[in-house]
Amino acid sequence: MLKKLQSGIVKSQVWKSIFRVGIPTDNRKRAMAMLGNVALHLHPIKVKKSGLRMSYTWCMGGTSFFLFLVETITGLLLMFYYRPTVEYAFFDMVDLREVAAFGIMRELHRWGAHAMVITVWLHMFRVFMTGSYKPPREFNWNVGVVLLVLTLLLSFTGYLLPWDQLAIWAITVGSNMARATPLLGAEGPGAALLSIGGTKLIHVGSDARFALIAGRTIGGGTLIRFYVLHCVGIPLVAAWLMAVHFWRVRRDGGISGPM
Amino acid sequence: MDALKGFINFLAYPQWSFTLSLVGFAAIFWSKRLWSKTGGWLMLMAGTLFFGLSLLDPNFRKIVSKADNVPIVMMVFILGFFVWLSMNKAINNDRRLDSGEPTFEKSEVEDKVFTWPDLVFSEFICMVVLTVVLVVWSIALQAPLEEPANTSVAPNPSKAPWYFLGLQEMLVYFDPWMAGVVLPGLIVVGLMALPYLDTNPKGNGYYTFKERKAEILAFMFGFLVLWTELIVIGTFLRGPNWNFFGPYEFWDFNKIEPLVNVDLSELIWIKLFGYGLPGHWLPREIFGILLLGGYFFALPVLIAKRGIGKSWYEKMGPARYYIGISLMLTMMLLPLKMYCRWMFNLKYFVHIQEFFFNI
Ligand code: HEM
Ligand code: HEM
Repeated sequence: MLKKLQSGIVKSQVWKSIFRVGIPTDNRKRAMAMLGNVALHLHPIKVKKSGLRMSYTWCMGGTSFFLFLVETITGLLLMFYYRPTVEYAFFDMVDLREVAAFGIMRELHRWGAHAMVITVWLHMFRVFMTGSYKPPREFNWNVGVVLLVLTLLLSFTGYLLPWDQLAIWAITVGSNMARATPLLGAEGPGAALLSIGGTKLIHVGSDARFALIAGRTIGGGTLIRFYVLHCVGIPLVAAWLMAVHFWRVRRDGGISGPM
Repeated sequence: MDALKGFINFLAYPQWSFTLSLVGFAAIFWSKRLWSKTGGWLMLMAGTLFFGLSLLDPNFRKIVSKADNVPIVMMVFILGFFVWLSMNKAINNDRRLDSGEPTFEKSEVEDKVFTWPDLVFSEFICMVVLTVVLVVWSIALQAPLEEPANTSVAPNPSKAPWYFLGLQEMLVYFDPWMAGVVLPGLIVVGLMALPYLDTNPKGNGYYTFKERKAEILAFMFGFLVLWTELIVIGTFLRGPNWNFFGPYEFWDFNKIEPLVNVDLSELIWIKLFGYGLPGHWLPREIFGILLLGGYFFALPVLIAKRGIGKSWYEKMGPARYYIGISLMLTMMLLPLKMYCRWMFNLKYFVHIQEFFFNI
């Protein structure tokens, strides 16, 4: 009975139109399965056994990617509820906890973000320890470094969004550093050099910190700026760079291994 | 018990814990036994025992169980495991290399297997496990939400997000333009330059220690000691007014640490010469400028002249050598400044407030 149902489904036109190859049972089909699916075709058809070992890659690159996907999905769900304005932001957080269905979306998003920072560090550490940044993978290491910076920036911009004391003061401490940027911060070394006829170009209303937080102090302008960067700007750039990163893993000869 | 706690609190103070971690760091490279299975278990048990017993202490419990700090506790253990794993694999491969056998990776690299099912299946398992971990973690631990934002009441201590606490901890020793802009910027630059600076062709695609000791030493020093350890200090051991508190110490808001730090210029002009500070910044700071100038411009040349430095210079060529050594010296400026602070209460090597230029 069940068997019949199963073969009925697997043989139906709908099923066949979606899964073109069926369950791979021979090598040709194994290859076809990898080529025929947009997600799976990120991978080559065959991989080095040495690179497959969990103790070699620690799965940390893939884990970082998976966490990025988790963040995207949970982040999207959060966006349904969350309004990035000074009046609403905090109370939307309270509602997310108390009223929204699946009241753990914030938790998933926040712990996922922390975990992603850690896994990206560990991934970098693994790549270092296997010497996988050496030729021909120098460029992909650099793509990775940018991804690392973007991951930290994603986390940093997200940190402000709950708009509670923890959030705004953490961002205050962080963004105060921008005040001291050499040349471009109002209190940075050399800022005084940038002046025309005695008028300072760099002051608290025009320096790097002002650009970062959209004002002299953290406020509604900062919130919307961080929100847009967090939910749209940085994820787009990061996703594109991840595509480049994965492409380069393949182009550089697949996962690294001894020559 | 209290005496023991007091002793650990005392050892935790940055000057001692940092020194201890330097000793521990050196041990990494002496002892191969540390990286055996037994060594790994012993370290894990010691860590767990320390953590478990410490949980009995209310002050310790309070700080490690703060929702945002839980991931950092996990990170310390996970990182410890992966340092052990990579060193264990490296030492095993080194042993094989010594006896003329191929490395573990080499023995399997020719063997290619189908991605479906081998890789796809382990990825699937990995995702399922991670999902379960995340869901359980999220149910068990609520995301923090404090009082609504209030720009006029600053919490004490105000801390940056945890992954930047190493930078915030650097603020103790450097001004914001160094700790918050120049040094983090150079970390990124240094990481990006790394593949182009490292000309050692060995150790590509397998774990090894003996074939790339200097690289591993430098990287681990930066990552484990200067980055991670400072985060741990900044997260768990810095309380109100960014004062230092041992792991079992109560966060006392009234704790006052005397600020007796002095500049190099004061040490030299006043203490040594008994003269008084010159008015103009140039004569006032000339010694600091000479010192840092010598550190960054003369020292690299001297290092390149003999010993291991000479062999680096010859292998890397002048451009790579000078860029690499400048980055290294910048990194080492941090521990140097830390020790100068602890030993001489040094505030700045160079203090030109006129231009906000203080190092
Ligand atoms: C690598 C990716 C990401 C990281 C590391 C990250 C990190 C964070 C962090 C740390 C928070 C504060 C969480 C909290 O306090 O509860 C946050 C909040 C938020 N994020 Fe993300 N995020 C990422 C991706 C995304 C994406 C792709 C979206 C949207 C499509 C998104 C939407 C949001 C929203 C709406 C909030 C406010 C709600 C909240 O704070 O819980 N995030 N994010
Ligand atoms: C969001 C962040 C990142 C994601 C999602 C990511 C993802 C991946 C994945 C899936 C791989 C395949 C092999 C593996 O899993 O180890 C990989 C390889 C690689 N990654 Fe990343 N990565 C990220 C960040 C980084 C960083 C921070 C670095 C270095 C600074 C880096 C450098 C590399 C290099 C050099 C390889 C090739 C390694 C080899 O062939 O053995 N990546 N990455």
